[in-house]
Amino acid sequence: MMPALETVGLHKRFGALVVANDINFSLEPGARHALIGPNGAGKTTFINLISGRLPPSAGHVLLGGRDVTLLPQAARVRRGLGRTFQINTLFRGLSVLENVALAVAEREGRGGDMFRSASSRRGALEQAYALLQRLRFAEDALTRVQELPYGKQRLVEIAIALGLRPSVLLLDEPAAGVPSAESATIVEMIEQLPPDIAVLIIEHDMELVFRLARRITVLVQGRVLVEGAPAEIAADARVREVYLGERQHG
Amino acid sequence: MSPVDALIRRHRLRAIELLPWIIAVGGYFAFADYLPLGSQILIMILFALSLDLVLGYAGIVTLGHSAFFGVGAYAAGIYAARVSGEPLSGLLVGAVAAGAVGWGSGMVILRTQGLALLMLTLAVTALLAEAANKASFVTGGADGLQGVDISPIFGVFRFDLFGRTAYVYCLVVLFLAWLFARHLVHSSFGQSLIGIRENLVRMHAIGSPVRRRLLAVYTIAAALAGVAGALLAQTTQFVGLTVLGFQRSGEIVIMLVFGGVGRLYGAFVGATLYMIAQDQLAKMDPEFWYFWIGLLLVLLVMFARGGILGLLDRVVRR
Repeated sequence: MMPALETVGLHKRFGALVVANDINFSLEPGARHALIGPNGAGKTTFINLISGRLPPSAGHVLLGGRDVTLLPQAARVRRGLGRTFQINTLFRGLSVLENVALAVAEREGRGGDMFRSASSRRGALEQAYALLQRLRFAEDALTRVQELPYGKQRLVEIAIALGLRPSVLLLDEPAAGVPSAESATIVEMIEQLPPDIAVLIIEHDMELVFRLARRITVLVQGRVLVEGAPAEIAADARVREVYLGERQHG
Repeated sequence: MSPVDALIRRHRLRAIELLPWIIAVGGYFAFADYLPLGSQILIMILFALSLDLVLGYAGIVTLGHSAFFGVGAYAAGIYAARVSGEPLSGLLVGAVAAGAVGWGSGMVILRTQGLALLMLTLAVTALLAEAANKASFVTGGADGLQGVDISPIFGVFRFDLFGRTAYVYCLVVLFLAWLFARHLVHSSFGQSLIGIRENLVRMHAIGSPVRRRLLAVYTIAAALAGVAGALLAQTTQFVGLTVLGFQRSGEIVIMLVFGGVGRLYGAFVGATLYMIAQDQLAKMDPEFWYFWIGLLLVLLVMFARGGILGLLDRVVRR
């Protein structure tokens, strides 16, 4: 099967600092893959390279088998790449429904419609609302994002990305800043994602990672240390050294 | 009512939105001696409305919007002086010229953001003002453009000394521009502009062609500002270098902030109150009136962040 997402020899340098070092990575359709690693391992940089926010110094990014390395962010989104952000990146003054509808309108190529206003607005809003209902998030549809509690704002992060109907979804620390006790709804939302979406999760919360991921890649200093099934990763001596080592330092 | 209907309903015309038009029509009869001032107010409302699309909706902070007002005024003025005094084609000339300058300058400057963008909007205005000053053989330079002679509208309605025709003309043009702007901000395009203002990074991440959208609204707003400038040229039958000045750019931002940014009606409230205050203060205190305008602005910005309409909002909600 052709991978939904692939990187070949991906390399990123900021001056002398190498933050992505020859990363070969592949994500199958329907994958639930976690990317873990200590702080500063280059996880978010990796997401930014894949999504096109940063240009790589060398190497390639392939989406559904097509090389998108030279394509801008918007073109990658049109080819099915959705992402969320570690730090809430939302339309704070707008309602939840409008947040998602913006994504729906762009996916349908109607975001620039000036004249068929009523019908195109209604179409996007109705699809967005149906999505919120599926996510059991409909009761907050008209609440402005800035008035939502932080944990729910994290759910809007995911809902916007789902409005794009992505085939590849990059989740950058979906539970960042949410106390473990409250992260259950986030885990639930991720567990109920359509099975055909390929999901890559960056996460620090190991409980969450081992619950959601069927495969794990460990990134250390911009380099892939090891990749494997959760049980293999948990048993890997090098991972323990890196990880437990870091945890002890705090 | 479903949430979708609730949001769609916000786009429907509410009774209160007719209030400005009732006032404007009533003003025609009630203040017959003040119609020239009335026309100026209507023109500034249109100018402020065009600025609101850029500043209030798309969040492009500009201090150079007078560039387009000025280009529209000069284009319409020169067209009237050299080609034809027909007013409606003159408006079109003003709109197209200003829109073209908006598009051309936007192509270059909208690549930047924040302070750099602000500086570039100022620079474009400065360049154009200097060009208009130098090209005195077409613009009249510092003496202003003479010989602007406007024919009757549709060959029937003559521009009279009392400014009656001019007032109605400005009012009709403003009304059409408002219909257009209102439609625009409620369209998917308008919503995407709000998205860009609210979170640029996320708009990129949902695949929005951000720069194309910004260029589109910048061009549209420039054309509308050009229409406002053209109206000024036609109704006063004169164009001076001040149409392109920094002062006008600054003033229009002040008017919009007075009224309230990003709400379409801030332009109406702000421009009207500013122009009336200016008129009255200048009469009462000819040397010092700008001080009072400044003081009013300081108070508004400190105590009423959303301008006068924002203040009203808060009072009504309580």
